Amino acid sequence: MSDAAHAHDDHGHHAHPTGIMRWLTTTNHKDIGTLYLWFALIMLFAAGSMALLIRAELFQPGLQVTNPDFFNQLTTMHGLIMIFGVIMPAFSGFANWQVPLMLGAPDMAFPRMNNWAFWVLPVAGLLLMSSFLLPGGAVAGGWTMYPPLFIQGGISYDLTILAVHIMGLSSIMGSINIITTILNMRAPGLTLMKMPLFCWTWLITAYLLIATMPVLAGAVTMLLTDRNFGTHFFNAAGGGDPVMFQHIFWFFAHPEVYILILPAFGIVSQVIPTFARKPLFGYASMVYATASIAILSFIVWAHHMFTVGMPVAAQLFFMFSTMLIAVPTGVKVFNWVATMWKGSLSFETPMLFAIAFVCLFTIGGFSGLVLAIAPVDIQLHDTYYVVAHFHYVLVSGALFSIFAGIYYWMPKWTGHMYDETLGKWHFWLSVIGMNIVFFPMHFLGLAGMPRRIPDYALQFTEFNQIATVGAFIFGFSQLIFLVVVLKAIKGGAKAGDRVWEGAEGLEWTVPSPAPYHTFETAPVVK
Amino acid sequence: MKSMWQSGMGVLALIGSGSALADYAYNLQAPASQVAHDVFQLHNLIMLVCLGIFVVVFGAMFYSLIKHRKSAGHQAAHFHENTTVEVIWTVIPFVILMGMAYPAAKVVIDMKDTSNPDLTIKITGYQWKWGYDYLNDDIRFYSTLATPREQIEGKAAKGEHYLLEVDEPMVVPVGKRVRLLITANDVLHAWWVPALGAKQDAIPGFIRDSWFKADKIGTYRGQCVELCGKDHGFMPIVVEVVSEADYQAWVAKKKGAAQAAAADNAKAFAVADLVTRGEKVYQANCAACHQANGMGLPGTFPAINGSKVATGPIADHIQVVLNGRPGTAMAAFGGQLSDADIAAVVTYQRNAWDNKMGDLAQPADIAAARGGATEAAAPAAQ
Repeated sequence: MSDAAHAHDDHGHHAHPTGIMRWLTTTNHKDIGTLYLWFALIMLFAAGSMALLIRAELFQPGLQVTNPDFFNQLTTMHGLIMIFGVIMPAFSGFANWQVPLMLGAPDMAFPRMNNWAFWVLPVAGLLLMSSFLLPGGAVAGGWTMYPPLFIQGGISYDLTILAVHIMGLSSIMGSINIITTILNMRAPGLTLMKMPLFCWTWLITAYLLIATMPVLAGAVTMLLTDRNFGTHFFNAAGGGDPVMFQHIFWFFAHPEVYILILPAFGIVSQVIPTFARKPLFGYASMVYATASIAILSFIVWAHHMFTVGMPVAAQLFFMFSTMLIAVPTGVKVFNWVATMWKGSLSFETPMLFAIAFVCLFTIGGFSGLVLAIAPVDIQLHDTYYVVAHFHYVLVSGALFSIFAGIYYWMPKWTGHMYDETLGKWHFWLSVIGMNIVFFPMHFLGLAGMPRRIPDYALQFTEFNQIATVGAFIFGFSQLIFLVVVLKAIKGGAKAGDRVWEGAEGLEWTVPSPAPYHTFETAPVVK
Repeated sequence: MKSMWQSGMGVLALIGSGSALADYAYNLQAPASQVAHDVFQLHNLIMLVCLGIFVVVFGAMFYSLIKHRKSAGHQAAHFHENTTVEVIWTVIPFVILMGMAYPAAKVVIDMKDTSNPDLTIKITGYQWKWGYDYLNDDIRFYSTLATPREQIEGKAAKGEHYLLEVDEPMVVPVGKRVRLLITANDVLHAWWVPALGAKQDAIPGFIRDSWFKADKIGTYRGQCVELCGKDHGFMPIVVEVVSEADYQAWVAKKKGAAQAAAADNAKAFAVADLVTRGEKVYQANCAACHQANGMGLPGTFPAINGSKVATGPIADHIQVVLNGRPGTAMAAFGGQLSDADIAAVVTYQRNAWDNKMGDLAQPADIAAARGGATEAAAPAAQ
């Protein structure tokens, strides 16, 4: 990519800095996309290592590797970093690289804000990670930050609040940029309903971010003042209510769930038609389904709170509204299957990850439906069943879609084909490892194992051992991914403009690697 | 419904085939109450529906993956929409969901109906133990983990009920509607016994209710299921369901024990006796945070060994134990421990490790400190 940068330096109106300053001062959407993706990858290994420590502790009953306090720090930080440091930045990386390329735009609408949106993220990451070194260790109250437990913690809890604020700021700036770019900078003739589905899902995701990030900011600010300035928003003794935090938090965090999955739907909707060599089935209904999911996400939040003791009417309302989400989600799955139906299918690594996504995300969807049923949820709430559910949605859902997207667009970004054999190894070890980790967790939850515990009763031993073995297979196979990426950056078979036989869209009309500046003259879409 | 339940079990057994080992449990625990039974059936019903949909949808997908391969020479068709099909696969799931919603709503309504209890028990979550108040019989006790530390640390073989055993189980009569009033003293907890189908968050400052009616005599075990800090994994719940006669005998025994404990509050003890008793109280209530060696966990829980409180004026020390430190994890033990136990633990802390203060607190001092605290607080309240 740096070769491309130099080759096109003469386009610039002034000299580009080189070395570290190039990356610090860059306003180029491709550079910023690359930064987001590397940041996400580094954080993936950090938070993944925490997961392996958690699984090592849970390999057998008793305390062997950690103590209970450190264990809680690991689960909390694993969750926070995977959500805010891996999945969200990775999707932002895709948006930065792909949205201008797909729309035929020269860059994002606000390039300087784009730079800032990225560069505040490592600051937040450092604040979070450095808290492991502070007295009392990192934040240990769960990624959900429920008071009053969150009020009890030490200085690292304040740092976490600050980090969450910064990450929220980054997301809001990124979203403003994406919305403005999509609404204003499409190539002539590229109407909204002709736009690639990836752009549609990100447009809707960006609105969700703008709507909900301020809510999270409000919630954590109230925690901050409760902790430090004597307010009692969440303290019953001062007239507050701990459950109010949960309402505010989940009003943010349920839409957040879709923030983590809608761009994944977008990526998969680009990949499947390419390798089925057939247009996406039901494009319009895909757009409407995405919008419906986003709207419904605002009226289902209390299904995370069925055990707080809500009145019957509230339980029924949130149960019905949650079940309703299965309808647009089902439409999406049917559309993907119909896209494959009677196609001319080939199974390169991106397609393999996309197929695994459809299959395994649906398993996560089914366990979601089980959890939507309030009486069943009350039995399964805060057990390993929930852990299994959201890892099926976030690992085989969000993360697998990210892998699919990276393999799909990496030849465009680096100019080289990745190593297909290693890619397939990465896929098969990941998909097998992932199922060995998370499938047994359904059984653990049904049998009654609570989540967030460092030690467990003897009847849970066997499935925990299986899960730990799977976790190490899954974790270490990500090193293959690192090798594939590094190899493709260094060299490999030259990629053509239209990398994949069935690929459609403006990004495939520019050379590979994509030049530093693309679409300086807008293409015309018929 | 019965046949549905049986076929559900059949399918689930099929999924689990290949491993008939007793240690592998594939479904919810065997229900021991009507609500748990209803939930069990509901779960099986939904699993069957999901399994059906999965087979149909992914049957089609895998058929396509095999038949419509490029390597098998399949040419791509070019259709990309079909309004009829799209309407059908929007409407059918909606209808299936309505079929699920109806039985689920019935169970929700039943679960929330806590009226006409035979017995009411108030349950309070503490970091990290449970307190039980039998409001009808005026019995009150705490229930803490009974698994020895050595088993957790791997220095002794683990017992059959490792981490699921307590010193004082909750005891209820069989076949009676038990209403639970659930709250917490410090942070959120959640009380759950899977086989009884009762789970409710314990929220400090608020009382929420739940109920169960146990069908069978037996011992049912559960755990705290809301993250409540360091020892969240170490505050189990044990419910003994007994016959009505056994329950009455248990009530009489607990009342006798309460009288004996009250008598202790009127006695005066020697330092050695208080230290011996105090060590036990310390292990049960203080050691989780401040550690058995009194050194605490730096940055999280302060040390008692050499601390200003334990080596300063004894009256201040007693106040900290009685009233806690608001805004921190230090709980107020005034409501949890008897005068004799507080006197013992304060004396122990002042004489253990390097704290060789040599002084002591008597139960009467604690009673006086309680009175003083109330008087001091009263004008402020006005």
